[in-house]
Amino acid sequence: MLRLIISRLVSLAITLLFVSLAIFLILEVLPGDPAAIMLGTAAREDTLAALRQEMGLDQPALIRYLEWVGGILYGDLGTSITYKMPVSTLVAERMNVTLPLSLLAILISTVLALPLGVAAAARRDGPVDRAVLVFSQLGVAVPNFWIGLLFILFFSTWLGWFPAGGFPGWGNGIGPALQALLLPALALALPQAAVLTRVTRSATLEVIGADFVRTARAKGVDRRSTLRRHVVPNALIPVTTILGLQLSFFFGGAILVENVFNLPGLGRLAYQALSQRDLVVIKDIVLIFSGLVIVVNFLVDIGYTILDPRLRSRT
Amino acid sequence: MSDPSPVLSIENLSIGLPALADRQHAIKNLSLDIRAGETLCVVGESGSGKSMTAMAAIGLLPPSVTVLAGSIKLGGLDLLSLDEEGWCDVRGRDVGMVFQEPMTSLNPVMRVADQIAETFQAHRLLSQADRHRRTIELLTEVNLPNPELIARAYPHELSGGQRQRVMIAMALALEPKLLIADEPTTALDVTTQAQVLKLIDNLRRKKGTAVLFITHDFGVVAEIADRVAVLQHGELVEQGTVDEVLKNPQHPYTKRLLAAVPSLTPPPAKELQREPITLKVDALTKTYGGRGFFRRSREVQAADAVSFDIRRGETLGLVGESGSGKSTVGRCVLRLIEPDGGKIEIGDLMFSSLSQADMRPHRRKIQMVFQDPFASLNPRRKVGYIIAEGPITQGVDPEQAFKEAHALLERVGLPAQAAERYPHEFSGGQRQRIGIARALAMKPDVLVADEAVSALDVSVQAEILKLIRELQKEFGLSILFITHDLRVAAQICDRVAVMQKGRIVEMAETAQLFADPRDAYTRQLLAAVPGKTRILEGVQDR
Repeated sequence: MLRLIISRLVSLAITLLFVSLAIFLILEVLPGDPAAIMLGTAAREDTLAALRQEMGLDQPALIRYLEWVGGILYGDLGTSITYKMPVSTLVAERMNVTLPLSLLAILISTVLALPLGVAAAARRDGPVDRAVLVFSQLGVAVPNFWIGLLFILFFSTWLGWFPAGGFPGWGNGIGPALQALLLPALALALPQAAVLTRVTRSATLEVIGADFVRTARAKGVDRRSTLRRHVVPNALIPVTTILGLQLSFFFGGAILVENVFNLPGLGRLAYQALSQRDLVVIKDIVLIFSGLVIVVNFLVDIGYTILDPRLRSRT
Repeated sequence: MSDPSPVLSIENLSIGLPALADRQHAIKNLSLDIRAGETLCVVGESGSGKSMTAMAAIGLLPPSVTVLAGSIKLGGLDLLSLDEEGWCDVRGRDVGMVFQEPMTSLNPVMRVADQIAETFQAHRLLSQADRHRRTIELLTEVNLPNPELIARAYPHELSGGQRQRVMIAMALALEPKLLIADEPTTALDVTTQAQVLKLIDNLRRKKGTAVLFITHDFGVVAEIADRVAVLQHGELVEQGTVDEVLKNPQHPYTKRLLAAVPSLTPPPAKELQREPITLKVDALTKTYGGRGFFRRSREVQAADAVSFDIRRGETLGLVGESGSGKSTVGRCVLRLIEPDGGKIEIGDLMFSSLSQADMRPHRRKIQMVFQDPFASLNPRRKVGYIIAEGPITQGVDPEQAFKEAHALLERVGLPAQAAERYPHEFSGGQRQRIGIARALAMKPDVLVADEAVSALDVSVQAEILKLIRELQKEFGLSILFITHDLRVAAQICDRVAVMQKGRIVEMAETAQLFADPRDAYTRQLLAAVPGKTRILEGVQDR
């Protein structure tokens, strides 16, 4: 197990290195002058030269790459051109919104999907199963920003239960902050929960038909205990695969949802940096999103080996 | 058999199949009795309703079938009147069950000890500590080495035979009155099968359990049954003591089944000395694993300097237990997997040294018939295309290829119109005929048949073996016949090579090998063939 973790950590580090290289190559080395891109076509020659120097573009690419990566290792992400402040400060602030938002969405999605999927499979073609299929069909069909808009209309504008957008910050207590995050997290979670429900349902159905479930029943184990002890632990294995794939959608989806709900998160920062062509910030944010996805996948891999003893002995 | 009242008594049981099935009843008017300490074998081919009988007796029939009439009584208890809770009480406590597939019948993510202890837990028996103690006792009782270690293991860490012992331990945990065993040894190697049969028999004797034993294999029947019930299309056609049924079968169906069991006495040998050698394999070697950094310890020598040759018109049998490397050799000879070393010659052609591109035009010379008639044909292609595809890729005019496909279908005993249908419309035996036609379409010199009849019922098996023999004569084929079944090998092979752990330990003319096995392992394999003596007697006078 320890060896597995170490070997996965090594490959995690290597993947991150490659990702940083790819980001750097695409944004800074491919033809096109980053300074010109940032200032647009109407820029004056001397402003361009000044910006080039500020960004260190007069240095060779290799040096620039090493400085960027080296800086990250020390927590220095460079300085944003538009915000005139260190990117690390910017990101840290925004992270306080995006990370809780994504985690809350993941939590909602799994807490909804797993019981629903299992319940639907346990009574196939029953009323619960049909309701779940309708829900998941809807969830898959409707995009999350649209759900977000509907939520604002319904829960904020009409009912006034939740703020329509914005974020009070964590300084004013956990309650208001969570209240502000709940609707966006739901909007982010529902489409993914719909997919996960379907996957859970079909994984559970498959396991219910397995020989070892019949064995358990032949021992005299009742239906409920068979489901709990035999079906669910086995069905979780394929479900984890899909959950792992979905996690990147949660981070990516935050970009849309944060804009709909006007939340000062990483996604919104990415959107703003893009529209202001702040390459320094874009570069860092892309790396952070990639890093999050890679780290989460690492955790999913570890989760696998906890769920499935067959993987443990193979390493 | 001092106790006159039966443990299990099934009376006039009829079970209905769903509306779209090919017949109305899974079981029709079935009546059976089993007494304490007695083993009743229910025999039949696939679809005869034998497993359905077993599932009805433990209340686990699939929801799509329904009991239409009759009764099943366990002691005095009317099982068919039980509700779900009543069934949970009976299952495990009064009726234990062992299933066919040891590889899938245990929960892969749960330790062995927990799975056995669950039986006690489900019936709210014993304390935690006592459950563990009993688990170890049970594992010891089914002769598992190192029970403490096995208790902590997960199923995938055990062999098939070990898993089946765990299943038996589990089924017998609460000392049920009735043990149902549904083909419990079908997926096991012969030597393991012999051990497991002996174990079930010993436990029955010791505890006086009534055993309902489902099997398709008359060899197994001869080993374990006190009485036999023969099922055909869901109806009981014959019932009697094992000696009556095996030696003096009354019903024509029983006679036909018994006659189809291949004899261990080979037919007279063919005269082949003057025929040229078509396939020559020299020092073929293949090792699995061991390529990566950490994997050296897990190297498996699947083929270790395997050498043999086959003459025109000759069949060489490659027999051995699972993991002996026989399938690896078969696939290496076709270069479906690349051997690590050794030479393969087909006629004058050095097949093993050809590049992939150079090999392509010579591919037709050696063809394969696979084990699984259900999985080895593309379900989305019509049979005619499946057969003609090979020749067409070799440059034969499509029209000509389809014409030949029709002729071949007729040659293997199917109507030419079969070409226009899809594989799922055929039975297992018919699909295997299609598989053979597909291989023959390439006009090969060598045919590799990997367990080609293992998935078939005995009566179908006998027909396919006959077909293979005829086609061999007609086309002068050299056949490498891979099988785990020594009875089949005795009937079809001219010579037999016995494989163990990647090596050929003995190779001889079939008659000689069966009459006078030299190697200790060959002797062990032969001794383990079920029903050796009893079945032979029955077959003598066919």
